[in-house]
Amino acid sequence: MRTGIVMLVHTAFDRAEQLARHWAASGCPLVIHVDCRVPDTEYTAFVTALSDLPEVRFSKRFCCEWGTWGLVAATQSAAQVMLDSYEDVRHVYLASGSCLPLRPVQELLDYLDARPQTDFIESATTADVPWTIGGLDSERFTMRFPFSWRKRRKLFDKYVALQRRLGFKRKIPDGIDPHMGSQWWCLTRATLSAILQDPNRQVYDKYFSKVWIPDESYFQTLARKYSNKIESRSLTLSKFDYQGKPHVFYDDHLQLLRRSDCFVARKIWPRAQALYDAFLTDQAHAMSRTEPNPGKIDHIFATAVNRRTHGRPGLYMQSRFPIEDKINSLTCAPYSVLEGFGDLFEDFETWLSKATGARIHGHLFARQRAEFADGKTVISGALCDSAKLRDYNPTAFLASLIWNTRGERQCFQFGPRDRQKISWPMAKDPNAHISVITGAWAVPLFLSGRDFDDIRGVAARHQLAEIKHMEILQSSWSKARLRVWTLADFIKAPMEPLQAIINEISLKDSTVVTEVPKMADLTGFGDFLQKLKNQGMHPYMMGDFPMPGDPADTPQPKRKTYQVK
Amino acid sequence: MRLRRKRMMIRAWRKRLELKPVVDRTAKIRPGDILLFSTLRNENIRLPYFLSYYRDMGISHFLMVDNDSDDGSRDYLGAQEDVSLWSTTASYKKAGFGVDWLNWLQRKYGHGHWTLVVDPDELFIYPFCDTRPIRALTDWLDATQVRSFGAMLLDMYPRGGFDAQPYKPGQNPIEIAPWFDPGNYTITKNKLLGNLWIQGGPRARVFFRDKPKQAPALNKIPLVKWHKNYTYISSTHTLLPRGLNLVYDEWGGERASGILLHAKFLNMFPEKADEELSRGQHYSGSIEYKAYAENGSENSGLWCKSSEKYINWRQLDILGLMSKGNWA
Repeated sequence: MRTGIVMLVHTAFDRAEQLARHWAASGCPLVIHVDCRVPDTEYTAFVTALSDLPEVRFSKRFCCEWGTWGLVAATQSAAQVMLDSYEDVRHVYLASGSCLPLRPVQELLDYLDARPQTDFIESATTADVPWTIGGLDSERFTMRFPFSWRKRRKLFDKYVALQRRLGFKRKIPDGIDPHMGSQWWCLTRATLSAILQDPNRQVYDKYFSKVWIPDESYFQTLARKYSNKIESRSLTLSKFDYQGKPHVFYDDHLQLLRRSDCFVARKIWPRAQALYDAFLTDQAHAMSRTEPNPGKIDHIFATAVNRRTHGRPGLYMQSRFPIEDKINSLTCAPYSVLEGFGDLFEDFETWLSKATGARIHGHLFARQRAEFADGKTVISGALCDSAKLRDYNPTAFLASLIWNTRGERQCFQFGPRDRQKISWPMAKDPNAHISVITGAWAVPLFLSGRDFDDIRGVAARHQLAEIKHMEILQSSWSKARLRVWTLADFIKAPMEPLQAIINEISLKDSTVVTEVPKMADLTGFGDFLQKLKNQGMHPYMMGDFPMPGDPADTPQPKRKTYQVK
Repeated sequence: MRLRRKRMMIRAWRKRLELKPVVDRTAKIRPGDILLFSTLRNENIRLPYFLSYYRDMGISHFLMVDNDSDDGSRDYLGAQEDVSLWSTTASYKKAGFGVDWLNWLQRKYGHGHWTLVVDPDELFIYPFCDTRPIRALTDWLDATQVRSFGAMLLDMYPRGGFDAQPYKPGQNPIEIAPWFDPGNYTITKNKLLGNLWIQGGPRARVFFRDKPKQAPALNKIPLVKWHKNYTYISSTHTLLPRGLNLVYDEWGGERASGILLHAKFLNMFPEKADEELSRGQHYSGSIEYKAYAENGSENSGLWCKSSEKYINWRQLDILGLMSKGNWA
């Protein structure tokens, strides 16, 4: 008993010829179907080229546009020729001109000989598997699809939408339960002839001719009706991308294919010379078998599809530029923004980098330049400290910084003295972990000893900037992780928040703060605030500060009216 | 938009008169060939490597326009069996920086072919280019019904001054200038034409740090399955119809894309910058070259501590400068 090969060909006839000879060399009879769209001259040349092989037949030509009935009709007629011409064929293997046997054909024949009753056909109900293309699963079987998906997509989509709206449903013929799976199968003579000689075949053919992608459901469904023993998997390795197009194998997949453990693979690029050389050899030269590792192929193609559909979050580049509301986060990794800490503590950045081991930047959005850690002028990614370059596109600056330093947590200072345009992007970014001591900007003003009139104007500007900034951070759009203390609250118990920040940033686990950063000397700060108030500029972002000569807490109303000139 | 496209096509049609055929071997072009189109001026020294690089990639025929070279480029190209050459003495600037000439040639010879439009100092890199010829890429693009393929311009530079190591004909320029900026690019979307506008890199970092808006555009779409009604608008940055500019994904996924290694900054560069400055034939009043001239003399080069050294396409893919998309 033998195995016959039904081969569907529409292009790359030199490779198809090579394959036909390879199959024939192992004693397999072939029936070849050539797409009707192939010009007659090419067809005749192909037939002539194979005329020296006694056991090759050509079947009636149908037009096989992707996803249409033609493919099934072609398969039916070729299979009929096979069954009629070669009485001793027990299994029929459906292959294409771009399939490539990876293991010696004899191994496949032996395998089938050992399983004479088994039909190898991937066949699953739509309810159980999510193989959907174009958003269609069970609807494949209940709608009509007269328009080509490839050539007339709009019409196709509109007609589907119309059918959905009208609640149109086709009746599925009695006696079958729709199944689908890979179009490449290997069926026994018994099953195949039962399908082809089914008394209801006309009814089924009529029904399936309007089903979408019938080549993935016709035999898969009917095999369920007749087969005694289905092994629901395809002997042909075939991977599909997210649009339902088969992945193609190239020369550089050679090692991968050697370890695939499959009998046949598709689709092979016709010019992948090294693959054809390696696999289309006689038994003696067939490669030494290596330990099979089929999972690796799965992994590679799954990663590729994931790359195309989800991409790398936080990356903006020439072929990935997501619309703002189509993404979760602006950046690729969490980072910390500290506001007010540098004002309150002396040399805070040095202390923090010592305590955490992380890279702690200064004010990245300072007006003069981006203050990178360690005074660098250029950092990872050749990102430059020029304020003009940064302000040209602050969002890209931040996203690039986080992307360039992935694997290393970033932390920077921010405050009302800085360029504020980044507030919104940061607020909407769940990766932003923002800790704010409100009102701390007043401390350097207090310590500056500058002319008080100056200070008053600056303080008013800073307070306004901070109010706006806080409104953004606390708006309903904000997705950032936010922690806010007023200056007054913070200095009452600074250790707890500091420890929390260190835990957040720290590369080491649960570092316990031993060394405390030095806080600025705030003697007379209350006086300073009162003086501002007396000038008509009410600073309230720092919370309730004890007034001079009034050490007992005189509670003040939380939000006082204030006036800004 | 249709009017704009028609206008570009009429311009190209008028400018065809400026092109004088030197050697026309276009009869050798067979259906399915992948064609390369290029304009050049005094690039003789680069041509041997340029041609061999693209021949190895699988380019079947080169269609080149020589804009008044006097360094022997014309004779050299005329002698190559797979080159068809036109020459012109007309203004590069008035021909839309060469776009009109190439639009015409592409319309006439490129219809139905995959066409690659690159300058002689640009080396095209695409995913798996070390193991697969360019036809593997175009076959895959055909199968996935993609008509255009983007490749960002990546400025390459040497470590130290431009003239530290002189370039020899036939040499891979990346040997001399293997460094690039890995992550300082900014992108905005052009709502009208649908393309992305990418700026950044070493030129923005050094020459344009005080006027970033004027920094050169790096987005390019050099590989297109050409149709006679297509037209490039400005260099290879943008095309019409607009659908061809959508070489990126807006839903979070990544499309496949490549890179044009831009080996401009070799020892020939300062001289070329002087020449271009006096000719005033480049984009926006040659502002780029002015910026070079201002900075170039006092600055020792473009290299910085965070510069990255080029290894292969996989490195560029990991850095996120290009992507293999769903090609595996």
